[in-house]
Amino acid sequence: MGKRALFIAIIGILLIVIGLSGLIDRLTHGMLNVGWSTPVPWAMWLAFYIYFIGLSAGAFLISSLVYVFGMRQFERIGRLALFVALVSLLTALLFVWLDLGHMERFFFVFLHPGITSPLAWIVWLYTLYLILLTAEIWFVMRPSFVRGSEGKSGKARLYRILTLGVRDLSPKALERDRKVVRVLATVGIPLAIAFHGGTGAVFAVTIARAYWYSGLYPIMFLVSALASGGALLTAIVAFLVPNGLGEHREEVIGLGRLLVLLLFVDFLMEIAEILVSLYGTAPAHFIPIQEQLFGPNWWIFWVLGMGMALVGPMLILTFLGRKSALWTGIAALSATIGFIGIRWNIVLPGFAVEELPGIGRSFMEPHWVYRFYSPTWTEWGVTLFCIGVGVLILALGFWLLPLRAEEASA
Amino acid sequence: MGIAIEIKSVILRMYEDLQRALQKPIHQRHWGMVIDTRKCVGCNACTIACKAENKLPPGVVYNVVIDEEFGTYPNVARRFISRPCLHCQNPPCVRVCPVRATYKRADGIVVIDYDDCIGCRYCISACPYGARSFDFGTFYTVRQTPEVAPWDVMPSFEYGEVVQREPGNPWRSPIGNARKCHFCLHRLEKGMLPACVTTCIGQARIFGDLNDPNSLVAQLAASPRAVRLKEELGTEPSVYYLL
Repeated sequence: MGKRALFIAIIGILLIVIGLSGLIDRLTHGMLNVGWSTPVPWAMWLAFYIYFIGLSAGAFLISSLVYVFGMRQFERIGRLALFVALVSLLTALLFVWLDLGHMERFFFVFLHPGITSPLAWIVWLYTLYLILLTAEIWFVMRPSFVRGSEGKSGKARLYRILTLGVRDLSPKALERDRKVVRVLATVGIPLAIAFHGGTGAVFAVTIARAYWYSGLYPIMFLVSALASGGALLTAIVAFLVPNGLGEHREEVIGLGRLLVLLLFVDFLMEIAEILVSLYGTAPAHFIPIQEQLFGPNWWIFWVLGMGMALVGPMLILTFLGRKSALWTGIAALSATIGFIGIRWNIVLPGFAVEELPGIGRSFMEPHWVYRFYSPTWTEWGVTLFCIGVGVLILALGFWLLPLRAEEASA
Repeated sequence: MGIAIEIKSVILRMYEDLQRALQKPIHQRHWGMVIDTRKCVGCNACTIACKAENKLPPGVVYNVVIDEEFGTYPNVARRFISRPCLHCQNPPCVRVCPVRATYKRADGIVVIDYDDCIGCRYCISACPYGARSFDFGTFYTVRQTPEVAPWDVMPSFEYGEVVQREPGNPWRSPIGNARKCHFCLHRLEKGMLPACVTTCIGQARIFGDLNDPNSLVAQLAASPRAVRLKEELGTEPSVYYLL
């Protein structure tokens, strides 16, 4: 196990251990000790779920630069992008699974799906995407599995299994692999747009919440997916790949150039959304915005969202990142973290307005408190646990999988 | 004396309407309600009757009475909007359910199948009226007071089934489910009016078959005073308010 992989694994295990008590409480007591309530039914876990789904869609779409559009300059990070997409997807699914009141019934969505429900659509799309992504990763890595399967080491034995018996390395077979990857990656583009646009649609079709009910939402989801997924990938290449800043300088700076554009488009959409809502007099529209900008959690918008995710990285990338991989990496890391704030402010302000004026004062009981949400330890614990699982899978990938393309196949 | 006769007649009339509706095939009925805001005094008896009838735990509430205050002293007014589930004819909650656990019956009642609900809460987000609750597994007395009150662990008979909540078992429905008003379907099927209707001290709640032109509820719903909440959303509620 390389030093890097070990370091990442330790972080992952640490997060899992810290979060374990929250997870245990979640599994033994259900939703008894969560901070969300009936009036705020979706909260921290949902925010992290759409955050990780966005990272997955973004990383996957960036991998298509290599596997569909043949952009040579990113060739060496194509595999990493695909693997990051897989890890993010698994983390997201873990979040949303633990968010269900009855986790054990998740497969009902396959047995008797509600065909009018965007939530059902996206679960089906995630499933297709998971299959496609796994297949694409296998086809991309197969030559490396075959080459690495010689010898008696544990890794060689693992690779022998992972080849699934397909050991043909003739130019013809490699060409066939490349073609399959190209087809999968191409089909993956509309699929990624569909499942992440669909995730946006889950919110956008909700006529009950004026804050979400907007045609811009699915598009915003896609743009910020690309931006956040791109940022995560850039940060991983810069700081987690061994000698990433040196060896992968070109890729990091190249991704940074792409990132600044994506951040800018995302910024424009945020501004459009905010200004249009603030201009009007309808409380259902402007209260969620007002709450974000000037409410008690103002820092989520200003510090995480605007500062760390959008404006800060845009400035760093424009003025410092053009020549420096380090600054590009820093900007990307900042954006990766900051986007958590943007995701938070997609979910929670939706519940800032009472459905009927005065309903919040009509009744008072635990788990029935309007316009208030503060995550409990159970929620923090589960969150840390899920992120820890993702980090640990990432470490396993760094340790065991041929994430770096071989020069031969490049 | 006169008042007493009138009150009795409203209840009796609703009762007769109900029996007549039950004679018809289910798809010809359309259960609905008219709530007269001028008769509502804001006593919350409907909320309490519902809590008792359905053995609702803390945080699960099918009916609320919204208390609105208008104006400035000395010209002040209050209005009470008592809100059960409005049983929309185009229910936004039903469309978004990923597992078809919630659906609209042929008689217009929007129900939840507790054994199918996965607890995703999309319906709670999607309801424009805040009519759905999540069951977190709380109790009033279990682990709250030294003695567990018997009513706290009694089963309810929602949907004509014995619905037993089990303290400390989050895997057993209805804990972990979305829950909502069902117009006391289990009572209707036995020829009884919903608990909130029989308990209303001002006879502000009129219940019956909106498809029956001779029913009291249909006649009142046709009044020019009748409005429905958030009509502009196109949800077509089956509950009317007389302003």
